[in-house]
Amino acid sequence: MQQIINFIIRNKTFLLFLLLFFLSIVFTIQSHSYHKSKFINSANFLTGGVYNTFNNISSYFNLKSQNQILAEENNRLKSILYNSENEIDSTYIDSITYQGLYKVTSAQVIKNSYSVTDNVLLINKGVNDSIKEDFGVITSKGILGVIVNSSNNYSTVISILNTTSNISAKLKKSGHYGSLTWDGNSPNIVQLVDVEKIAPVVEGDTIVTSGRSSIFPIGIKIGTVSSFELDAAENYYEINVKLFNDMTNIEHVYIIKNNDKEEITNLLNGTNE
Amino acid sequence: MNSIISIHGIRFLVLIIIQVLICNHINFLGYVNPYIYILFIILFPVKNNRSLFIFLSFLLGLTIDLFSDSGGIHAAACVFIAYARPIILKFSFGMAYEYQNMKFNNVSFGDKLTYMTIIIVLHHIILFSLEIFSISKIILIFQKTLFSSIFTIILCSLITIIFSRESK
Repeated sequence: MQQIINFIIRNKTFLLFLLLFFLSIVFTIQSHSYHKSKFINSANFLTGGVYNTFNNISSYFNLKSQNQILAEENNRLKSILYNSENEIDSTYIDSITYQGLYKVTSAQVIKNSYSVTDNVLLINKGVNDSIKEDFGVITSKGILGVIVNSSNNYSTVISILNTTSNISAKLKKSGHYGSLTWDGNSPNIVQLVDVEKIAPVVEGDTIVTSGRSSIFPIGIKIGTVSSFELDAAENYYEINVKLFNDMTNIEHVYIIKNNDKEEITNLLNGTNE
Repeated sequence: MNSIISIHGIRFLVLIIIQVLICNHINFLGYVNPYIYILFIILFPVKNNRSLFIFLSFLLGLTIDLFSDSGGIHAAACVFIAYARPIILKFSFGMAYEYQNMKFNNVSFGDKLTYMTIIIVLHHIILFSLEIFSISKIILIFQKTLFSSIFTIILCSLITIIFSRESK
């Protein structure tokens, strides 16, 4: 016993080093696997508060470009509204009873990130605004990611520019499915893999969300095909998708909540067991 | 003694704030960022309690990780260079370090640059290997290490030159 204690006292620096190094490696490995509960994340009052204070100041510098983006979106939505063929003149008398499938909440990105291989964003809505994990996040031009952690006032979003992210998407024209991943190289290009060899892929085709998962609604635009090739086994296409979004200047985002999500998950879990 | 603690305490906080709010968003050429917070580890007094030093480095790295949602990569790199620092000190300063009377203000700039370069490159290699975490992308790891190291070394040398007190 005496010798064990002596050994510990003699090597206490080395043991402390080993302990702390091991602890950091555990955190690292945890952060590389999607859907493990994460202990180290920026959705807490300290880091969220610091980023929020800083964002309050820095958001003034790009007001003009953000206004431009919002005006473009208004422009697009208005032209859809005014040019729609069937006149809609029925109004909901009691708007409380009306409940659609998706509930949309607007939020602001207070920490953007696109230069590392596992990018995580921070937004300023959390549990207090009934935002929970696995809600989808989109911008006016395309999809952005999925929420992974929520504190009272902040949430972290796994961006599509993250090597662990995996979102179901399809070719708009033919409807062939694939999953959207990122190889970590360019913040404008993501990869759509596992698309059947039979699919008629053409450069310039639009890629949209497939609606197969309960996170995103069907048909949200993602990007266009910039190049494609068969994978090593020559069974599936690997498609490079050029994003509509400019991932480097994102500020205003929309969080999408699927009201039937619980029902869908319960049903799927029930069938799997 | 109190002034030493307060100087290093303030340095700890200021470096974290600068790193998190400014340096993490530079993205020079798309992905090159300097990691100047390790100046805290570089400039920590030579005569110290090693356990405390390693623990402080861990805390520093973990705070940066907390802000940048990166798991434990900064913590791991910081703990490693904190543990390896005496060996690097001995290698770069030789006799001056052996006699235990060394101060960073009165050593030659060349020795200091060697010392900083070794620590920074070591830190960046561990950082980017853990960040990218895949052997098939080893080229990307070395590319990022090289460019970020150059950026960090330049910034760190500039900062130490600007803020060094003249020793007479």
